[in-house]
Amino acid sequence: MAQTVFDKLWDLHRIKSLENGEDLIAIDRVFLHERTGSVALMSLLDAGRKPRNPKNVFCTMDHIVSTKSDRGENSSRTPDGGVFITATRAAAKATGINLIDVLDPNQGIVHVISPELGIAQPGLTLVCPDSHTCSQGALGALAWGIGSTDAEHAIVTGALRVKKPLQMRIGIQGLLSPGVTAKDMALHIIQTLGASGAKRCAVEYTGEAVQALSIEERLTLCNMAVEFSAFTAIIAPDDKTADYLKGRRFAPDDPNWNAALGHWQTLTSDEAALYDFDITFNAKDIVPTVTWGTSPAQAAAITGTVPARSKTSAKALDYMGLKGGEIVSDLTIQGAFIGSCTNARISDIRAAAAILKNRKVADGVTAICVPGSMSVRREAEAEGLDEIFKQAGFTWGAAGCAFCFYAGGETFPPESRVISSTNRNFEGRQGPGVRTHLASPAVVAASAVAGKISVPIAEDTT
Amino acid sequence: MNAPFSTHDGIAAPFLFDNVDTDQIIPSREMKSVSKTGLAGGLFAGQRYISGRIENPDFILNQPEYRDATILVSGKNFGCGSSREHAVWALKEYGFRVVIAESFGEIFYNNCVRNGILPIQLSKDVIAGLKRGVRIDLAAQTVDAKKFEIAEGDKAMLVGGLDPIAMTLEDEDVISAHFARDARARPWLY
Repeated sequence: MAQTVFDKLWDLHRIKSLENGEDLIAIDRVFLHERTGSVALMSLLDAGRKPRNPKNVFCTMDHIVSTKSDRGENSSRTPDGGVFITATRAAAKATGINLIDVLDPNQGIVHVISPELGIAQPGLTLVCPDSHTCSQGALGALAWGIGSTDAEHAIVTGALRVKKPLQMRIGIQGLLSPGVTAKDMALHIIQTLGASGAKRCAVEYTGEAVQALSIEERLTLCNMAVEFSAFTAIIAPDDKTADYLKGRRFAPDDPNWNAALGHWQTLTSDEAALYDFDITFNAKDIVPTVTWGTSPAQAAAITGTVPARSKTSAKALDYMGLKGGEIVSDLTIQGAFIGSCTNARISDIRAAAAILKNRKVADGVTAICVPGSMSVRREAEAEGLDEIFKQAGFTWGAAGCAFCFYAGGETFPPESRVISSTNRNFEGRQGPGVRTHLASPAVVAASAVAGKISVPIAEDTT
Repeated sequence: MNAPFSTHDGIAAPFLFDNVDTDQIIPSREMKSVSKTGLAGGLFAGQRYISGRIENPDFILNQPEYRDATILVSGKNFGCGSSREHAVWALKEYGFRVVIAESFGEIFYNNCVRNGILPIQLSKDVIAGLKRGVRIDLAAQTVDAKKFEIAEGDKAMLVGGLDPIAMTLEDEDVISAHFARDARARPWLY
């Protein structure tokens, strides 16, 4: 019978079918971070249990670590947050799992470093107590976000009890117009389908526009699948996936490389495979997109208008300090943030730097860039990009989740309008009363310079 | 181990918004220790308090008739967003046993089941008809007289107050066999 890539991965990992309709699914890798992984490890230790295979469990410190360049090994950006760092470190050592500690040169946001280190690979299952684990489906992995209890379950048993989700294919035909990014694709899709548009579905992204994306862009696209309620997202691996992984620390090497490659080539959806939902977009319909409300689905074209006030929009408009009907690109901003598991990879930093070169952040705008990993930060610094950011007036940080979410500590002031390359514009997400507008890194950079939400125009080099 | 869930009679607090995310249920700044407890005070902190711990009298759980609610009622996509299980631990510690909504964030839903909280999906019309006092019967799958659907595995977990980790550990032999077989087929993963 014809199968989707998701079916193939599910079958490869199904240990047995349970009587209650769930399947027992083998888990190849578990990733943890100090915010939700810490409690999973401590619960495991309290119960007197052990990891089934500690070498397949990885833990990073990203959520509440300080992102100041001179941070110490216990520095947190939140009051009393150091306890999460020290407790995670102690629990990681006690359980013998792989720890990528605060000052490790490979430290960074889980969904940035897992691909970077070649931990996420086509054909494996990977879970993490973090909702944006769906990002890693960009590599052709079956990767999804879980709670802390399920993380403990996967670490101890090597398996999880899961009901197979429905499947949705989202095909994006044609190629994106110049200046349109993977972030715009994600926001456009979420806007169209709604915040629960892929409820209980594993989403497979296909089509010419998806194939044309780099691996980093695919990570951005898959990252936001949870924002329309998908179980996860996946993109079948191709030559780009293999090229990306070759030579990375945990990727297969000789003598296994060719065998792995052969296996990965089988991980595609059969032409006759059936999906529960089949949705097609035309890439030409996608334009630079910015959110106006308090759900990622509340988005509009950057050249468009905020919707009129209605019963459904009023609460969001009130929070966002909008009347309804404003032109999106007329909105003045007080903050700009480039960072997060969505958009803080080297290509994102380069895209923003191309806009910022020889320009200055507008008066009254607080602008911050936090690379997604220390490796991204080093690469950017080697290219001199940090100097472009600093000369423009951006703060340049050390890797972590940073201003993507507020956890106490430093943030933007209440009622400030912030353009952000992150994934969530929920009420209070970036701080009490902070008004978040989600956009691509290029839009964030252009807006920081203009002092209002702005379409990016590259530096005039003539 | 969670207490087995059979029937529950309680006060249902209507919090009828769509897309109530886990950041709202428990703001990250309220996650102050590496623990599953000490979270009830932070439940809905952004809306429950005016500042510090001064209560906002307009918030549903601060109104005298809903202060002792054990059933929370909401709209579409309740518990979307962050995977933080702290949202469920905070609801549980506050005293909630049941969450009724039009639909749920998937990770939140699973986290409820893992912690003995019953998530019930009902239509908007049925939700609109709920009174302050509600009776839930999990075996019969009813809210008052209205039927609800729940996956068999989730129901069994809640009815039995089961520990899924212990259940999976009973399958250790087939799990080992799977990994041994896969290690031969895909040695680069091992």
